[in-house]
Amino acid sequence: MNLFLTYTVLGFVIGASYAIAASGLVLTYATTRIFNVAHGATAMVMAFVYWELAYNQGLSNWLSVLLVVFVVAPLFGALLERWVIRRVADAGVGVTLVVTCAVLVGLIGAAEKIWPPGVHSVTMFFAGHGVHLGKVHVSGNDLLTIGLAVAVGAVLYGLLTFTRTGVAMRAAVDDKELLALHGGRPHRMAALAWALGSALAALAGILLVSARQSELNYISLTLLVVNAYAAAMAGRLTSLPRTFIGALVLGLLNAYASGYLWTSNAWTGFREAIPAIFLLLMLVLMPQAQLRVGRLSGIAGVRTPELRRIAIASAALVLAVVIGNAVLSAVNVNRMALGLCFAILALSLVPLTGFSGYVSLAQFTFFGVGALTVAKTHSSAPTAVFLGAVLAAVAGILVALPSLRLQGLYLALSTIAFAQIMDYMVFQNPSLGGFGGSLKTKRLDLFGYRFTSDKAYALLAAAVFCVVGALVIGLRKGRYGRILIALRDSPAACATLGLNPRLARVAVFAGSAAIAGLGGGLYAGLQNQVGSSNFQFFNSLPLLLIVVCAGVTSVSGALLGGMLLMALNSYPDMQPYLFLILAAAAVGLGKQPNGITGWLFELREHPVAGRLGLGSAGTARSIAASAAVKAPVKSSVAVGENAEAEA
Amino acid sequence: MTHLDVQDVTVRFGGVTAVNEATISADGGQVTALIGPNGAGKTTLFNVITGLQRPTAGRVLLDGNDITHTPTHRRARHGIARTFQRLEAFGSLTVEENIRVAADAIRSKNAKPARVTRDLIRKIGLERYAQARADAVPTGVARLVELARALAIDPTLLLLDEPSSGLSEAETEAFGDLLRDLAGQGRAVLIVEHDMPLIMRVSDRIHVLDRGILIASGTPAEVQADPTVRKAYLGEDEAPSSEPTLVMPAVEAIGEDEAEENPPALPESTGQEAEGWF
Repeated sequence: MNLFLTYTVLGFVIGASYAIAASGLVLTYATTRIFNVAHGATAMVMAFVYWELAYNQGLSNWLSVLLVVFVVAPLFGALLERWVIRRVADAGVGVTLVVTCAVLVGLIGAAEKIWPPGVHSVTMFFAGHGVHLGKVHVSGNDLLTIGLAVAVGAVLYGLLTFTRTGVAMRAAVDDKELLALHGGRPHRMAALAWALGSALAALAGILLVSARQSELNYISLTLLVVNAYAAAMAGRLTSLPRTFIGALVLGLLNAYASGYLWTSNAWTGFREAIPAIFLLLMLVLMPQAQLRVGRLSGIAGVRTPELRRIAIASAALVLAVVIGNAVLSAVNVNRMALGLCFAILALSLVPLTGFSGYVSLAQFTFFGVGALTVAKTHSSAPTAVFLGAVLAAVAGILVALPSLRLQGLYLALSTIAFAQIMDYMVFQNPSLGGFGGSLKTKRLDLFGYRFTSDKAYALLAAAVFCVVGALVIGLRKGRYGRILIALRDSPAACATLGLNPRLARVAVFAGSAAIAGLGGGLYAGLQNQVGSSNFQFFNSLPLLLIVVCAGVTSVSGALLGGMLLMALNSYPDMQPYLFLILAAAAVGLGKQPNGITGWLFELREHPVAGRLGLGSAGTARSIAASAAVKAPVKSSVAVGENAEAEA
Repeated sequence: MTHLDVQDVTVRFGGVTAVNEATISADGGQVTALIGPNGAGKTTLFNVITGLQRPTAGRVLLDGNDITHTPTHRRARHGIARTFQRLEAFGSLTVEENIRVAADAIRSKNAKPARVTRDLIRKIGLERYAQARADAVPTGVARLVELARALAIDPTLLLLDEPSSGLSEAETEAFGDLLRDLAGQGRAVLIVEHDMPLIMRVSDRIHVLDRGILIASGTPAEVQADPTVRKAYLGEDEAPSSEPTLVMPAVEAIGEDEAEENPPALPESTGQEAEGWF
């Protein structure tokens, strides 16, 4: 009985900190309809700021908490809203997810720079104090956490329900223009919501680190608050009371799982995956969304190249690799090959995100399935790589099936849940024999030739990239590619033409996952050894960010994206510059959804901008520009999620 | 025979009853019109027929088979196609590709998709715009793209939701001939339209909806003579307050026989209509 009580108290404490974090997430989403992927990273950075003030600068704990929660965090939230969020407020789910991903990656980069890895630990509040419930000791820190959660819940509920400000905040999401007409200030409301959300993230972050008394860690803290996503989804991102109940249930599940579940290794993975499973469950149980009608939207894609151009570009890539092999150092040749493997991974996003508009944060998981297959079969045969691609495709189907009814943000969240579940329950599963650590792999053996040298491997990766790239372009030009784009533009219209939207979605997820798995198989061979840490869900965030910024609608964009991802991993010194480029491209996505390659293509096609404006591919765009004036109805009907390219 | 039967369909959105026990039908070889003031529930009824909106009560029959619970894409394979009042063209694709997607979708029939596409572009008169992106063409043209796209699946029942808005007078004239032509091929054409002269000219039968309730059905002459219809349109008992100007010209068209010679100029866009957004 005592044990049960202990775990119940623990559950309440965990639930309380999830509730605080989740309510911040709900607040920002409910008022601005932007899901803040960087919520956990904000909590992490604010916990570091707290450490800095209290332990490095020697301020008192309480003063530091007050400064962080009431000054630093709200200021950060308001500035973030002012300079970043407001600019993408009307863009689609894809763009807002990418931009908040950029904030997340940037925050982690900044934290690593300001507080280099070392000893950062904090102590509990009210250390040594506490009360006894029967024989169970509840620490002062635990009581504080629960008390604060109750207070936060009460204050927020009161604010949103009973005050003018709260009502205006809720009005801001429904119709900004209307609120402004009635004398409200939608921007101020949004800034206020983000300031509050950021303060709540800070509070949750500080409580979590002080309860654990462990080292402050950039990633684990960021991911820990990801668990709050699950609680927030219990309230469907809008209801605070449901969010609190969800957080409580999740906290109790976690606590009982750690108390009563078998302690064997396999079950440890399950325990870790509980929040992700909870999240997936909440998403799957979402009510059926009806197909939306009432929009005419399109995203200006890049021109699909002709066969001749594909051949020339492929030859140029292979030639570049040959030259690279000749002039680069051994280390850099290896990096070039790595970049090409990442480029194949990036290519997997082209049909999925570029053509179909689905945001997936599970691509590194598919990549990992391919790598794991090659590592476990311990084979050098191409069949191992092929098998990896097939298994990855199966994983892709597993992602697509439960989330068939989900759109936009919810689909993206379900891919996060899937990636977490795969990571904890499969990749780190000890019965898979060491993938949690690292496994040795063999280089590919093709028709008796062994790609032992990095140079040969780079050429192989380039050749595979060219073949898959050509297939992707072929897909876009054909029947299936048109269907994918039509489905993105108007699922409702597709259904009225007899197309089954679900079948197409499962197929594109399977195909995309297969490409990622293929890349993963090649990556495993290149690295000589791989482990699960290379394929965490977390890696998929910078991948999505980089590829979308580089240009997710084109094969060239995928190549650039792969190389940028490699550079980010291999050249830490270049990181600040890369982030600058990415930030610029991310903010430019509203204007040029085809990313950096989109800008480059435009430069090439319009060397003298506009003067020769009737170049072959430019025609469509110039017609678009002139017709935008002729079709005034258009802007009023473009209310869909994919309306980011509206002229 | 009766191709489409909508029986006692009711649709409620929360507390609002958009369609209240409406019963309409459409026959093969005929043009059937569905008219009524804004907010009467016309588009909602179209959504019910195509399966985009589940009815609260009532049935939808196609050739006597109950399709009330059939998914939208299967209904399309049974021969139902439609256009949308709020445009749903595939904005990222060219006009030609828009039609091609539909032509590809129905592969079981023998016609070659490329050929079907080419023929439709010529038939609907879209040659000029074939290679332009669909989100870049004028509204009227985009409506024709939707029509061509719907025809590409060779439907037996064609639902057209305000297809003529955005067309010029001459284009509307040609469009009316096209409608007769489509019915002449044996298709059932069900059309929602505010252009009363056009409706009076092309329809075989007219159903009149007002605030979700079917208030009259009959030939154009019968409907024009119906006192209930005149009352609803004239707004003698507190007509719906939304955009009365849209309705008034239509009243003249119904009330005066010389409407044919002197077609009233209707405002072009009704894109702001509240249907489907409750």
